[in-house]
Amino acid sequence: MVVAGSRADRAERIRRLAHEELPRLYRIARRIVGDEAEDAVQDCLLKAFQKIDQLQDDTAARSWLTSILVNCCRDRYRSQSRRPDEVEFDEVEEFSLYRKIAYEDPFPYSDSLHLDFLAEFGNEDVRAVLLRISELYRIPLVLVYMDGFLAREVAAMLDAPLGTVLARLHRGRKLFEKQMWEYASERGLLREVTR
Amino acid sequence: MISCAEAVRQLWEYLDDVIPETERVSVEAHLARCRRCCGELEFARELRLTLASTANESIPHGVLRRLHETLEELEP
Repeated sequence: MVVAGSRADRAERIRRLAHEELPRLYRIARRIVGDEAEDAVQDCLLKAFQKIDQLQDDTAARSWLTSILVNCCRDRYRSQSRRPDEVEFDEVEEFSLYRKIAYEDPFPYSDSLHLDFLAEFGNEDVRAVLLRISELYRIPLVLVYMDGFLAREVAAMLDAPLGTVLARLHRGRKLFEKQMWEYASERGLLREVTR
Repeated sequence: MISCAEAVRQLWEYLDDVIPETERVSVEAHLARCRRCCGELEFARELRLTLASTANESIPHGVLRRLHETLEELEP
């Protein structure tokens, strides 16, 4: 239902729709722009207020706000001349974290090697790994695997063809796996401790 | 039967349920006969959970308060 009204009505409407969404929006922003998350959500709220009359149906508020937030995050990258890096497919296509762990065998006495590897990663570690990946691939990863959006919903949000989003998800997963291994190596997570 | 490389390439799409029916059948036929790829599948599943599990991390109280303030201060 379209709700066009006075400026006070619009302010009230955005308050009602965004109130419960704030924690979720902040968590998404943390994974896309790191320490600039709070500023990105502030930008998002102001923009959503300006555009609230474009929201046709309040039940679509979740993806509408997410879409605005993602664009605010991308604007932050653009304003700092940070360009998303396209990655050569061949560089990552052959990488398999599963095989790498099995081959390198970082915990020789473990009988659940792969799960032990994943158990080394806390929330902050996962976030740090994500921030190593170009935003081009990180944004679809965050929206699909952390926030539960479908690839076609993400395609609509990014105004990109579904095939492009699926390809970026594929590369993003490969990059995430590769960066997990590199992060674990650099941070000493692969040392056998008390097991 | 499809190769291991082909099956592994499609595992996440298989878990996401975004591959066409014929390819889904091929992946399942491969998994039924290949123990190593079943290991890859389980690992992909756990990796997805690792990604998803961070979606509920706590937010600093001050941050949430300031965001609520921004919302309240939108000029009518």
